[in-house]
Amino acid sequence: MMNRPDAHDSLDSGWRELAEGLHGLRVDPPAGLRPAVLERVGLADVFWTVHGPAGPLLVAANGRGISATAPGDDAAGFAERFRARFGRPLRAAERPPGRLAAQVERLLDPGRRATPPRYDLRGTSEFERAVLAKAQEIPRGQVRPYAWVAGELGRPAAVRAVGAALGRNPIPVLIPCHRVVGSDGRLTGYAWGVPYKRTLLAAEGADPDQLERLGRRGTRFFGSDTTRIYCYPTCAHARRVSDPHLQRFGGAAEAAAAGYRPCRVCRPPALAG
Amino acid sequence: MDTDPELPARLARDLDGSFEALVVLHQRLVFGLALRVVGNRADAEEVAQDTFERAYHALAGYEAERVAAMRLRPWLAQIALNLARNRVRRRPPPARPLEDGDGQPLAVAAPAADEPPALAERRTERDFWAGLLAGLPRGQREAVVLRHVEGLPYAEVAEVLGRPVGTVKTHVHRGVRQLRERLEAGKERTP
Repeated sequence: MMNRPDAHDSLDSGWRELAEGLHGLRVDPPAGLRPAVLERVGLADVFWTVHGPAGPLLVAANGRGISATAPGDDAAGFAERFRARFGRPLRAAERPPGRLAAQVERLLDPGRRATPPRYDLRGTSEFERAVLAKAQEIPRGQVRPYAWVAGELGRPAAVRAVGAALGRNPIPVLIPCHRVVGSDGRLTGYAWGVPYKRTLLAAEGADPDQLERLGRRGTRFFGSDTTRIYCYPTCAHARRVSDPHLQRFGGAAEAAAAGYRPCRVCRPPALAG
Repeated sequence: MDTDPELPARLARDLDGSFEALVVLHQRLVFGLALRVVGNRADAEEVAQDTFERAYHALAGYEAERVAAMRLRPWLAQIALNLARNRVRRRPPPARPLEDGDGQPLAVAAPAADEPPALAERRTERDFWAGLLAGLPRGQREAVVLRHVEGLPYAEVAEVLGRPVGTVKTHVHRGVRQLRERLEAGKERTP
């Protein structure tokens, strides 16, 4: 079908010259076209490095959004684990994708309030996505218990499932699953190791050592005897209470018995905490 | 190899698993067509990326039966042509010179000193044909590119351009006649 002269195009040399000249205009597509297309539709990813709160952070993304993070600078190991988990190739970005990279920078900047970038969470369940969305509601420098996430999702018994969902978070640090801790203030688990979680929380201004001490002493909530409201200890409202007015509670029942109501911002449980 | 009769069925079954094959099979046509319409490689590459991205999302939204019955080549060419035309329409009058297939400005006649003679010859030859083609009115140029540069059968050229086969043949023949006239005229000027 290629450049076959048509019936009324005579087979003269002029035609042949023209046909060959035109056919010679066929060009090879640029080598970068295929990877660029696959990355844009989300069938391949690129990664780049950012300064994370606890050291260098590798960030992977495609046209659908940020798809994964990894600690440190082991790019080869990241690509290998990425392929094993998502079944897609991962290559170093020639330059970080402009808009997403800027959004990541803003998200990691403690001085700014930022809209999070788009996340590519294909491969997670609806429940997992709900858990990850909840974790994103916890402000920097604060923590909430696993039971809080379960309660907020209307599944108070699903505390272990919440832990498992957070453990499968493909985008740690940017989706702050590290801000979810045990009810007793212990840091419990973290996909990248509990020391990493401790460093992250400390870098964000939550004091993990103090949270654990509070938990050991049985303190779950802080209250203010002027407002008669109780909060999780890291809630911004709890932090504004001055020492002489600060009350400590071991549970929601105790706070309720003392005539306190739960904070509407950090939403501790209303009873039986 | 420009067609793969199994590909539509495979795309219908597993879009993510087969989409790369679609890109590999048709990227030359999509990019080449875009290049002949927009005139430079940077814009052509963007048009080609946009074309495949649109195609992916369209295929993702279609029923499997519809995908399995698609004629992918004219469909992709049509998307590419529309996007390329839109880009040319949006663009202010060309500030840069027309380029040939290698992204070289058409005005550049002298090849680099270290370039192999064969390659340099090929480059100037391409410049020549690209320049000749660029002089055709749009309708004829598109028809000639699809038929004689990219080698599509008339039925598919007609599908891409959304015109009857007879009209498309007329466009191609008029385009070819003009090209030949200019070719002859050029030869008479430079004996």
